[in-house]
Amino acid sequence: MNGPAGSQALQVTGARKKYGVTEALRGVDLTLHRGEWLALLGPNGAGKTTLIRAIAGRVRLDAGAITLLGEPLDAAGGSGARAKLGVVPQDLALYPKLTARENLEVFGSLLGLAGTTLRERVRWGLDFTALAERAAERVEGFSGGMKRRLNIAAGVLHRPEVVLLDEPTVGVDPQSRQRIYEMLEGLRESGASLLMTTHQLDEVESLSGRIVIVDHGLVIADGSVPELIAKTLGGGRVVTARLHGPLQAAAAAALGGEAGAGTLSTRLQDLGAELPVWLSRVASGGGRIAELTVEAPSLHAVFLHLTGRELRE
Amino acid sequence: MTGTIVRIGWINLRRDRTALLLTFLLPIAFFSIFAMIFGGSSGGGTGRVEIAICDLDGSDGSRRLAAALAADPGLRATTETGDPPAPLTRESARMLVANGDLPVAVVIPKGFGDSMGQFAFGGGGSGAPESARVELLADSSDPVAPQLVFGLLQRAGMNAAPDLLARSGLSLFEKYAGGFTPQQKEAVDRILPELRGQAAAPNGGAAAGNGKTADAGTSSGIVPATIVDVLGESKKSGIIAFYAAGTGVMFLLFSMSAMSGTLLDDQESGALERLLTTPLGMTRLLLGKWIFMVAVGSAQLLVMFVFGAVVFGLELKQHLSGFAIMTLATAAAAAGLGLVLATVSRTRAQQSGMATIVILMMSAVGGSMFPRFLMSGTMQKIGLFTFNAWALDGFQKIFWYEQPLSAIVPQVCVLVVLAAAFLAVARRFARRWEAV
Repeated sequence: MNGPAGSQALQVTGARKKYGVTEALRGVDLTLHRGEWLALLGPNGAGKTTLIRAIAGRVRLDAGAITLLGEPLDAAGGSGARAKLGVVPQDLALYPKLTARENLEVFGSLLGLAGTTLRERVRWGLDFTALAERAAERVEGFSGGMKRRLNIAAGVLHRPEVVLLDEPTVGVDPQSRQRIYEMLEGLRESGASLLMTTHQLDEVESLSGRIVIVDHGLVIADGSVPELIAKTLGGGRVVTARLHGPLQAAAAAALGGEAGAGTLSTRLQDLGAELPVWLSRVASGGGRIAELTVEAPSLHAVFLHLTGRELRE
Repeated sequence: MTGTIVRIGWINLRRDRTALLLTFLLPIAFFSIFAMIFGGSSGGGTGRVEIAICDLDGSDGSRRLAAALAADPGLRATTETGDPPAPLTRESARMLVANGDLPVAVVIPKGFGDSMGQFAFGGGGSGAPESARVELLADSSDPVAPQLVFGLLQRAGMNAAPDLLARSGLSLFEKYAGGFTPQQKEAVDRILPELRGQAAAPNGGAAAGNGKTADAGTSSGIVPATIVDVLGESKKSGIIAFYAAGTGVMFLLFSMSAMSGTLLDDQESGALERLLTTPLGMTRLLLGKWIFMVAVGSAQLLVMFVFGAVVFGLELKQHLSGFAIMTLATAAAAAGLGLVLATVSRTRAQQSGMATIVILMMSAVGGSMFPRFLMSGTMQKIGLFTFNAWALDGFQKIFWYEQPLSAIVPQVCVLVVLAAAFLAVARRFARRWEAV
């Protein structure tokens, strides 16, 4: 998910959008570098979709600017630059009565492809989605994962340099999700820059990309997972001890940790130096440790720390 | 628990405006339309039948008959045509009927006045000379009007010249039963001017009638008349064309509505969002849908008329160019209306309900369900606000009246203008899907 730092593929500056009295975007600044895979996170209603739709030309900003590969992009114009943009909506925006091949032909044609190029790209799309053998089947009979894959292919047939993906893995099983991530990685390797919204925190974390967290119409954090953790929760590790029997509250407080039901946990910045000391204090406080776990702070913890809300709230 | 189900049903119904309209408003609207058509409660009363009167006799009796017909509240009569106006001849009256300008022309032949009394008392009219029979030149696409005029003609004959009828009857009586006594002659001479006076009085007593048709054949009665089908007896094809067009236009509207609903399907599936991120744009999207709908709508009418030609002998081949023009214009307008219905609706269900209401009402008023000539004058005028009426008029001119293509210019123009207007309205409403 990490992209090489380089020239900007997409830049959003001071984006503002108001619906009635509700401010969906309150001055969003965001940069997507060439070849980068950027995850956009935020609770529901944070402004992610408005931002994606503004970049896709479906929302007119009240203020601010969007540039794609250095060219200005707005809802009214920017048609030349917009051809370099691929959009994969969250909905399965396919025609169910059409076959996989027909869907790709239709959307490829609408994206400006024709003749041999269109045929080649349709073939590529069927290979890309591993649906070549089912090319002649109607989409309505496909599984959710197959439809998702086709949905992605339909948005990138014209070889866009920047691809917007709104929840590309929503509603699919883990295997299909993995297949989709492989497809997206393939796109990135071929030179495309990806901007993706998602609710799959664990997978975003494992893919180790740059993450932008949006809340209340503002970017509230921007960086890789370790950077975000360092900026918000600090470094170190969370140590949790499961105890044989409860520890006295006073003793727990003296240890400087958080006491749960039969557990005690603390955050240690220098694990090597501080852990032996902490264990010794637990023992001297009367605690008998049954099990000990050491964890790095998670993106989930960062998210909760920053927004005070779960991702799906 | 059952109460809970009832409550859920009520809440759902109350919050679904389309369902409410379909449940309560549509039946009332239909009831009102039917009541206005058949109950004469539209404010305009029962429709007056337009007729032409051509008096070739010019006698006292024929003039009085023509005047009585013209004064009949159930008729709207014209006796002149052209510019400058000239008295109608039989041919000019026939042309008025043949062109569909009016459904019946009354031709009073030479010698009518002389034979007037013989009709009533000469054996039910059968004894009257053929040359003296009134001709009702009729357009049989309207089977009601000639019968109605025939009945009113009898009433007019009675009311217009009771003295002449009485004199004639008395002559026959004298001829076959022997002469009157001097006292009887004196009494007859006294009563005849009174009878004439009654005829000269306003309405001549005609106002007492209610315009019902005579329950009679086409030639018996006080004033014998012959109904002449101006357009010939081989006009079955025209009637079939009328019903093919009427049914076709109504179902064309339904299919256009269903097809335009794909716009809402696309919205609900997200395909519309994707389409609008491509270089396509809303105008080309609507135009593409419209062209497709016009093509399918034209094919739909073509299939119906071809079926009519094969199974019912509809004369399609002879009127191919007129049919093609009317079909394209009608499909264009219907497709435009379909797009308006889709773009003003928020959901497919809403569009479907609204389309049902609009199409059924337009079809009822516009003549797709029953001929407009059966409607009152007011209802016929209201019908012109629907494009069903214009489409049906155009098809009727082509298949029934066999008029040249130039005759359907008004209908085609109206349909084309409506198509353009519908497209413009649909484009305006479709702005809600564009960048906001």
